[in-house]
Amino acid sequence: MAISREQVLHVAKLAELDLGEDELARLADQLNAILEAVGKVSELDLSDVPPTSHPLDVVNVLRADEPRPSLPLDDVFSNAPARDDDSFRVPPSA
Amino acid sequence: MTLDTLRLTAEDAIDLVERGDASPAELHAAYRAAIGERDDELHCFLTHVEEADGARSIPIALKDIIGTKGVRTTAGSKILENYVPVYDSTVAQRCKDAGLSLLGKTNTDEFAMGSSTENSAYGPSRNPWDPTRVPGGSGGGSASAVSAGMAPWALGSDTGGSIKQPSSLCGNVGLRPTYGTVSRYGVVAFASSLDQVGPVTKTVRDNALLYRIISGRDECDSTTVDVPPVELPSAEDLRGVRVGIPRELNEAEGIEPGVSAAVQRALALAEELGAEIDTCDLPRSVEYGLACYYLIAPAEASSNLARYDGVRYGLRVDNGGDYYATTASTRDAGFGDEPKRRIMLGTYALSAGYYEAFYGQAQKVRTVIGREFSAAFERFDVLLSPTSPTVAFKLGERTENPLAMYLADVLTIPPNMAGLPGISIPCGLSAGLPVGLQIIGPQFAENTLFRVGHALERALDFDTVPERLR
Repeated sequence: MAISREQVLHVAKLAELDLGEDELARLADQLNAILEAVGKVSELDLSDVPPTSHPLDVVNVLRADEPRPSLPLDDVFSNAPARDDDSFRVPPSA
Repeated sequence: MTLDTLRLTAEDAIDLVERGDASPAELHAAYRAAIGERDDELHCFLTHVEEADGARSIPIALKDIIGTKGVRTTAGSKILENYVPVYDSTVAQRCKDAGLSLLGKTNTDEFAMGSSTENSAYGPSRNPWDPTRVPGGSGGGSASAVSAGMAPWALGSDTGGSIKQPSSLCGNVGLRPTYGTVSRYGVVAFASSLDQVGPVTKTVRDNALLYRIISGRDECDSTTVDVPPVELPSAEDLRGVRVGIPRELNEAEGIEPGVSAAVQRALALAEELGAEIDTCDLPRSVEYGLACYYLIAPAEASSNLARYDGVRYGLRVDNGGDYYATTASTRDAGFGDEPKRRIMLGTYALSAGYYEAFYGQAQKVRTVIGREFSAAFERFDVLLSPTSPTVAFKLGERTENPLAMYLADVLTIPPNMAGLPGISIPCGLSAGLPVGLQIIGPQFAENTLFRVGHALERALDFDTVPERLR
């Protein structure tokens, strides 16, 4: 089951990666080799086995619903590429 | 007094300070001198820290995946090159609260994805036993620094083997604790159902001391639980300890003969110390473990790394396009090859039409692995195997072949999938390079791992100082 160049492009779009042409070609080859290896999991018939999403039996961990101070705004923005008053500034979306 | 940082354990250092035989400032000066002497060659540190308040007590190095307030935290990635956390991770805070002070941040494969540190955007670290070889990864900076006497102890993080495998390759003690025992709050996330922070040390007792400091429930990480009190090991026998030898973990393809021989000698010693030893099977855990991991970990990584969008922190590459174009060019420029591979693989495994066949099936395999280990722990207190199938390999040997690199973790991944604790202790040399013994326990059995590890460490009497530095 080889993954096509079009599929790689589609996945790159989903993953928000603007890959160059040479990267696309190299990644397609590597992904095919890796997918062939990990596809091994399909050899097993596990229709009666429940999935594991978390290794511990921990459910419904709640904390007290009490207000507490959050970080100062200047701290919050200290790593931001661009700030506009109390907002993160980003390029237009359309 | 002269401090030999290559030999000094953290426990010794604490004693020296408590008795007044050495001041914290002298300790720090000794480690700084060792760093000055050896880090140009070994490249273990990405950031050095000169503490403004002077050295408060015992120094420590932290893997650069662990957030430190006011100290740059890169995760080995260009996308976080200038990221300075505004709060401490819980583990960094607990180290501070225990009086430890930060020597620096250690090198890691980018986002902890790798087995050699060669995926670090800042260049690889090197193995102190042979600088033409890798220190393992992803936490190769921490492991190499401890073995080369540049830090008395360090913290790493382990998703598929990133504490245990570098400790094996560098000849020191690395614990991957039970999932949920150590907080990940403030630690850069890779695969959240697997990531654990843990200690890298010269001795098992140091490891227990540091685990005691960092472990325990944290309300900022809802996956953490209460942890049994940590006992410092002292017994030097293994009477009454039931030791299982999983055939598949000890006979896997690719295990070097020299590695097997060193592990066999450790097993013989365990028997002399009174352990009851028998073989067992993990038929599907080893055969399917790696495939299971390389679906689940990339899937979770693709989700965790979606946050790097150049908006709130980190790199932004503004190419004059709209928001989406900026995000995509930021991520293309900021991520290296390995994170891109895993993001792509994970996105594919989670995408419509493939989810059930890949991610869903891998989660079921994970259940099978958990059941196999549970069955083994009905008969045994611990399971033993090599940590890594090979000793340290040469730089560049596996960088062109991602699948060959992934095989470095074939023996550490299966217990990790089940959330189990594992400790690697050095058990001998093969061709002059350290071999690690992996001791796996049931969940929350860290005290048992410390007991078994300590008794074997005493009996093995391995010299953790790299031969070329003696």
